[in-house]
Amino acid sequence: MRARTKRLWGVGVAAALLIGAVALATVALRQHADLFYTPGLIAEKGLPDVGKRVRVGGWVQEGSLVYGEGADMTFLIEDASAKTVTVSYTGIVPDLFREGEGVVATGRFDEQGAFTAESILAKHDENYEPRELKKAGQATS
Amino acid sequence: MIEAGHFAAFLALAFCGFQAGFGLAGDRARSGLFASLGFAAMGFAFLTLIVAFARSDFSVQLVAANSHTLKPFVYKIAGTWGNHEGSMALWCLVGLGFGAAADWLMKSDRRAFEARALGVQGLLSLGALAYLLFASSPFTRLDPAPLQGQGLNPLLQDPALAIHPPMLYLGYVGYSFVFALAAAGLIEGRIDRQWARMARGWALAAFVPLTLGIALGSYWAYYELGWGGWWFWDPVENASLMPWLIGAALMHSLIVTEKRGSFSAWTALLAVLAFCFSMLGAFLVRSGVLTSVHSFAVDPLRGSILLFGLLAFGGFALVLFALRAPKLSGGPAWLAASREGAMMGNNLVLTVATATVMLGTLFPLIAEAAGQTISVGEPYFNLTFTPIMALALIALPVVQAWAWGKADLSSLWKWAAGFAGLVAVFWLAGIGPMDIPLLAGVGLAIGVWLLFGAGQEAWRRAKTLERLPKLPLRVWGMTLAHAGLGIFIVGAVLQTSGRTQTTLALQEGETQSIAGWQVRLDDVSSVEGPNWYAERATLTAERGGSETLLQPQKRYYPAARMPTTETAIHKTGMGDLYVALGDGRRNRAGETRWTFEVFFNPLIDFIYLGVTLIAIGAGLSMFGKRTKARPES
Repeated sequence: MRARTKRLWGVGVAAALLIGAVALATVALRQHADLFYTPGLIAEKGLPDVGKRVRVGGWVQEGSLVYGEGADMTFLIEDASAKTVTVSYTGIVPDLFREGEGVVATGRFDEQGAFTAESILAKHDENYEPRELKKAGQATS
Repeated sequence: MIEAGHFAAFLALAFCGFQAGFGLAGDRARSGLFASLGFAAMGFAFLTLIVAFARSDFSVQLVAANSHTLKPFVYKIAGTWGNHEGSMALWCLVGLGFGAAADWLMKSDRRAFEARALGVQGLLSLGALAYLLFASSPFTRLDPAPLQGQGLNPLLQDPALAIHPPMLYLGYVGYSFVFALAAAGLIEGRIDRQWARMARGWALAAFVPLTLGIALGSYWAYYELGWGGWWFWDPVENASLMPWLIGAALMHSLIVTEKRGSFSAWTALLAVLAFCFSMLGAFLVRSGVLTSVHSFAVDPLRGSILLFGLLAFGGFALVLFALRAPKLSGGPAWLAASREGAMMGNNLVLTVATATVMLGTLFPLIAEAAGQTISVGEPYFNLTFTPIMALALIALPVVQAWAWGKADLSSLWKWAAGFAGLVAVFWLAGIGPMDIPLLAGVGLAIGVWLLFGAGQEAWRRAKTLERLPKLPLRVWGMTLAHAGLGIFIVGAVLQTSGRTQTTLALQEGETQSIAGWQVRLDDVSSVEGPNWYAERATLTAERGGSETLLQPQKRYYPAARMPTTETAIHKTGMGDLYVALGDGRRNRAGETRWTFEVFFNPLIDFIYLGVTLIAIGAGLSMFGKRTKARPES
């Protein structure tokens, strides 16, 4: 009896922990897996849910970068489909963030389809680009 | 010269073959001899690589691609392992080094077992060496030799990153010998107390450098990337965290197997898994399948070879485990409320936590196979990893006092009341002047609770003040490691919930106030280093009458055609004032404003202090006396 009780205890605790972990992971993945979009994909499938965190990738359109009064800025992300997404961002940018270069911005869309980025990822050396950009096709610029 | 090194590496490959052959056949002496010879040969091969880097011999392709004459000498040397091929050579060297060390240090009466362990280690090294020589050779010549090299990735020109890879590899590859011990034990069908006594030192010898290696990487990311944080749940960070978590579980379950003979199958499984996760880490980092700051060498073929190695070695060990585990004998009976039960709880939590990290890290790959590109970031891990670990940390001070077999639960209510009281204190402080969010309050309570628990346990064992210094090293190791965990939690919680971040855009001479500081931009000027030039901003930060000069830079390395960020950090007693320089922006009115990201990171040093204490604790415990050999019960 004793050995059996012991085993039941162990199995019970382990099962509870596992079920809890699986439930947490399911909820967390459903809420916090950030989908990746390109401007072309958005034109094709429509805007992602307003306020949901997503990532948008492509190239910074030449001539689209406009600085504001402070550390704010806006620019356009374009991809091979020549569609664009307007991004506004406040903060310092990665060292290799430039017009014509690849970029992946994480942030949220508002009702008007404008995108506010929380963070910006550019390629981090001359030989490497964010993998997702392969999806965005060849650079148009 | 480099040809001699290349030849020596082939010799090492042959010696590894003999080490494996003789070892698996049970010839301890010959297997050990070839392990030492293999290490010597690989040591020479690695030395020729270092010499090629030190002398900037650009007729070696690896040097031409990753070095430059203007690079400071120390970083020429460190450049040897600051690239894919060189780091794989380091991996081989460490693996062979552990084989040789095992030959010198193993002195048990179980010669056949030792031979088999050396044999399996030989197989693992053989695999790594074959990969090095046939799929990513660092010994290739370049003809004609270029006059100048292309330079090292400048992010790696940094003291912490010079020693980060060797530390990490000592940990990763250190687990290869633990794997070998487990495989040998499973072959013999003997995972018992004596086995655990032998394995424990090796498991700790891998855990200590792995801990330090991760901490160095995190510290580097903190001051070099300019993002202000210390952990980003980047796939590569996760890749190092997974073997660390399994390693932590392993060193606890080894204690149970050593002292009681219980958990033998489970301990063997963890010993195997620790190295499997190390190989998974190498695969994730080196194949470039995941987006990460480390994926600089993207080569699908190498990735698939590494994956094949992982599956082959992991599969071999798991099949062996499935065949032999049912025959292993367990220890004496124990109740759920006992030290065995507590350790089982520790192991369950750590493995489940590892599983959540693995799911979050690999999920993007699974989704990609299903045609969706997604990424999983910090919010996922905060929602899964953090609460699961919190559960174990709350229980730790209570259950570490439990006795083997059956624990006395009469003081359980005191513990519960103590923790509830602590949470209440932080919660009350939280809604009061200190303005701590509730969850952060619970987090701080857990940190303080762990510190208290570590002290309490040492006191419980010593009973009097005079006996406190005479406690065994292993108890001191445990106390320091658990206290370090508490300090780490306090630092991590404060850093996560109390950090402030402000973006500034300043003209020269302009002042702005943030987080109690007056920050003035004095000027931005050009400076030059040996192989870089930079824009350097000079800021004056003033608080309460005292002024501090901060000089963040934006460097450009022409050889690598790559800019980097050099942050400026001012340490105060309460935390770091941290400034990263962005770009200079000319607006429509024609004024140039320089952008800065300014952080105040409260008590961030607690994070590194805590992790260092964990490593020191594990180290002390490694040198502590082993339990005296007693007849197996």
